[in-house]
Amino acid sequence: MSEEVPAIEVKALKKRYGAVDSPSSVLAVDGVSFRVRPGQVFGLLGPNGAGKTTTIRMLTGLTRPDAGEAQVLGLDLKRDLPRIKKRVGVVPERSNLYNELSARENLMFMAQLYGVPRPERGARADDLLRRFRLESRRDTRFGKLSKGMKRALTVAAALIHRPQLLFLDEPTGGLDVVAARGLRALIERLRNEGVTILLTTHYLEEAERLADRVGLLVDGRIVANDTVAGLKQRVADGETVVEIRYRDAMGSDRVRLYNDDGVTGVRAALDRAEAAGREVISIDTVRPSLEDAFIELTGLSAEVMQAEKGSR
Amino acid sequence: MWRDSLRGLIYVAWKDMRAYYFKPPNISWGMLFPGALILAFAVRTPGDLRALIPGLVAMTALFSATSMEAIVITFERRTGALERLLLAPMTLPAMLAGKVLGGMLFGVTISAVVLVGASAGFGLVAWRLPAAFVALIFSTAAFSALGALVSVSVQEVFEAQTLANAIRFPMIFLCGVFVPLEALPGALPTVARLLPLTYAVKALDVALLSGPLSAIWLDLAVLAGFTVALFVLATGILRRRLD
Repeated sequence: MSEEVPAIEVKALKKRYGAVDSPSSVLAVDGVSFRVRPGQVFGLLGPNGAGKTTTIRMLTGLTRPDAGEAQVLGLDLKRDLPRIKKRVGVVPERSNLYNELSARENLMFMAQLYGVPRPERGARADDLLRRFRLESRRDTRFGKLSKGMKRALTVAAALIHRPQLLFLDEPTGGLDVVAARGLRALIERLRNEGVTILLTTHYLEEAERLADRVGLLVDGRIVANDTVAGLKQRVADGETVVEIRYRDAMGSDRVRLYNDDGVTGVRAALDRAEAAGREVISIDTVRPSLEDAFIELTGLSAEVMQAEKGSR
Repeated sequence: MWRDSLRGLIYVAWKDMRAYYFKPPNISWGMLFPGALILAFAVRTPGDLRALIPGLVAMTALFSATSMEAIVITFERRTGALERLLLAPMTLPAMLAGKVLGGMLFGVTISAVVLVGASAGFGLVAWRLPAAFVALIFSTAAFSALGALVSVSVQEVFEAQTLANAIRFPMIFLCGVFVPLEALPGALPTVARLLPLTYAVKALDVALLSGPLSAIWLDLAVLAGFTVALFVLATGILRRRLD
């Protein structure tokens, strides 16, 4: 059986901005390595300045790496960049279509650039406008669209040539709750259609919901790379936490019990409540969240990520 | 892959012309400023107005080809739209060539209107117009490449305007239209010979007035050299900025 070709394979990728001896020099990406399987959603998770966008810029040919190797869709990044570009779609952090062109004109222009056959261009543009609920805005200039619509159109533009691999750099950044939910639903649909997705985000819940596998990036290095469940398992360390809420003569309160397995934990919690004459209100087994895993594995505080959410 | 780059180049030029160039303020700026300058000179120094036509056409080509070109790339870099082009399947030189082509086509169109109008108004012989068009194509290519170089050299749009004017205005006064090169003091004639507008004026003068047409080739070759040198420099700077 032949070995599956990874959608992305990165080995020891490095990028420094500025001269090494310059005080303003920044080592943005420091020997990053990871693999993304076809059809997978891979989340690069980390705080601002961790190297997420630089990694995407290198993999899409916008910035040249200083060292390391990368293969995208089985093609070498250095030698085959034009062929790679034809087969990938990119949604940059900023919605960067052309303010002077209408929604449909922007899609048509992208179809022209990517060599979509002339007879198909209009149909594909109209189909994407319909899918992204932008039909009524087809003749509205990009500059006049709302932030959420601009984001949606930027994603649509990245799909006009039907890419096998999609790079999404902070896709829901700056969107309101409804628009962000819509976009996440769309990402799930694309995954179901078999599109491989590399997603960068510093929204922990976004990575938890969307990503099959997550790479935690801190200071230009991947400190952990696993499935979401795998990352949580690492911090759970085989222990189950049972949280019991109860009521007694003093009022209501809750306690957490730590056990090797859930069943033993629940039994122990019930026994203890009965012995103390407490009325049990609820019993939950508490599993570690991705946030717990992030904090444990990166050494960063949750406040770092929360602060970034607030700053956006 | 060259097909992808060629296709990208053409569509980038087409998109720029639709999105930016053929808008009333750009058209009027490209024609009005050189026209006003020449008119002021003609009023101040009455004489053979026909002799000013090559200068008028060359300056129109300079202003129309550089005015937006010097802004467009800076503007798109600021908005992130330039990266959108660089993500498409084409090389960086092809993308930049598309930008230069857009500025060049706009410059040729605007200055051709001035050329034909002036030729009709001053009774220039029609058979000389094709040579003048060729001179215009070479001139606007050099000017558009100059605009691209200005555009990639700065960070902000207002800086692009300032730098473009810092280059254009000395060229206007040194190009031989207002003061003959031989009459310029000190090292200025040498400086003038390092500027593309000087060769554009000379080529248009040969094509429209002074002939013989065989004398135009050297000026066209120099303009082509300017185009290549400015384009290579602009490509190198843009690549470095992206890295």
